[in-house]
Amino acid sequence: MADTVWIVLQQRDGALHRMSREAIAAGRQLADATGGTAEAVLLGAGVGALAEQVAAFGVTAVHVADAPALEDYTPGAYVGALAPAIREAAPAYVVFPHTYQTVDYFSRLAQETGAALLPEVTGFEAGDGGLVWSRPILGAKLVSKVKVKGDGTVLVSVQSGAFSADETGSGSAQVGALPGDLSGLTADREILEVQEVAGDTVDLSKADVIVAVGRGIGGEDKMGPVEELAKLLGADIGASRPVIDNGWLPRDRQIGSSGQTVAPKLYIGLAISGAIQHTVGMKGSQTVVVVNKDANAPMFNLADYGVVADVHEFLPAFIEAVKAAKGA
Amino acid sequence: MNIAVCIKQVPDTEARLRVRSDGRWIEEEDLPFKINESDEYALEEALQIAEATGGEVTVYSLGPDRVKEALRKALALGAAKAVHLKDAAFEGGDALATGRALAAALAQGQHDLVLTGSQSDDVGYAGTGSVIAGHLGWPHAWLVMGVDVEEGGASAKVTREMESGMNEVFRVALPAVLEIQAGINHPRYASLKGIMQAKKKPIADKAAADLGLGADAVGVAGSRLEVLSVAFPESGEGAELIDAPPEEAAKILVEKLQKEARVL
Repeated sequence: MADTVWIVLQQRDGALHRMSREAIAAGRQLADATGGTAEAVLLGAGVGALAEQVAAFGVTAVHVADAPALEDYTPGAYVGALAPAIREAAPAYVVFPHTYQTVDYFSRLAQETGAALLPEVTGFEAGDGGLVWSRPILGAKLVSKVKVKGDGTVLVSVQSGAFSADETGSGSAQVGALPGDLSGLTADREILEVQEVAGDTVDLSKADVIVAVGRGIGGEDKMGPVEELAKLLGADIGASRPVIDNGWLPRDRQIGSSGQTVAPKLYIGLAISGAIQHTVGMKGSQTVVVVNKDANAPMFNLADYGVVADVHEFLPAFIEAVKAAKGA
Repeated sequence: MNIAVCIKQVPDTEARLRVRSDGRWIEEEDLPFKINESDEYALEEALQIAEATGGEVTVYSLGPDRVKEALRKALALGAAKAVHLKDAAFEGGDALATGRALAAALAQGQHDLVLTGSQSDDVGYAGTGSVIAGHLGWPHAWLVMGVDVEEGGASAKVTREMESGMNEVFRVALPAVLEIQAGINHPRYASLKGIMQAKKKPIADKAAADLGLGADAVGVAGSRLEVLSVAFPESGEGAELIDAPPEEAAKILVEKLQKEARVL
């Protein structure tokens, strides 16, 4: 029997998470590579209309688990719905978008079903004795190549931006019910509320120029030259997560997966190493300048212009050069 | 409340990294190690909850001899005792194998709550805490930004980070495994008194056999993932590196931003 690839889509209030389309692209490539079929899995309450949409995304089937207990996401109900279905249908792969929600429950799903757990992949290639997967390690400074040992289902999550959502095709797949009994699903959380973290937020999404700082800036007291540069350039100041966690800048300055997504004409990253949690929020920038003393910082991979230098030595010179250019 | 915290000792990623000669991991000799960042926040959260509820914190870590240093630091910060999962068989496990070992060790203790960090800064599987919860049959939550133990200690109000600046607040029954996100609190520094006291606090070593686990159930043998190689990524396409002293590099950069990119 051909290898079945399931793609578990993420939706909220009937709308797909943007990375769900990337997961479909990954699942279809995986099905092509293994001679299998790509089939979508959708969980929720009253998601029939969304299932019909998904049927046109180039999958051969859409398996829907539709139950009141799946209206709000909880790991208890999601694992409860998926685990029996995975045991019964034994798909070769189950592909997930690597979102915060996926990571919250899919490791537990692997533990419960005895499946292999392969988180945060950025690609795969055919190797001797099976597929070889790439995933970032050590803050994305290195890439690890891994393979899966043993038989049975593999749960794999795909990193944001690793597979192009444009590759999702067309068609009209059969929509059916996910195998398993959904009547006994129980939530293991009582959802109380959803809050916005930064209330009176600075909107960085429309900024033309952003000067962003990372942990390597070294402290709140080192921000003077950064502020001077930002003022000269008419830029907004942003930051990667460690700067926020250390309290050097307020949370509404955070760029990345738990902060804002920006797309300025000019992005200047100072002492930012380039962890995916940050880069996912600034990939859309037009011109990217990176200054870091570590030549191996993954941030340089996204740069149009890179300077390997200590930020504190480079900034005064850069400020003078900008002043000279503006004055001319 | 008696609370267990699982911490991992990881390479300091700010250090200069080299690929090991067999190509499967980085060279660890002369490499500085530290407690994983989110695990430090988990430890601080555990200490605060134990202080507020009148309990003690037990810290668990899996790894080679060097891990004792991380455990001593946790004891200096205020943990009462430590358990070191120390066995060559434990090494190199994926989240499933490491979670299995830690769950077996935790099951031998009496804990009302288990905290872990949300993700290790080295391999970054981000699943060990959830796997532990599965083995223990407890609820869990990942990327936790707030823990509020409710009256009687039977439940906790938990804040979980979602994407795009949103948090979800929910109630879970205790005991539970909560996987803490960096930034939830402000970790304390060890006092001299704490460091002195830590020397007298007990650290129990546990091998796989002590936990009733076969060597094939843990570490590399018990893992479903096999690391074939690690490497630095190929440097960026199109990235133009300006290699000059600061003053000159600054001038070149400004010129390029003006004339090539036309953004200044």
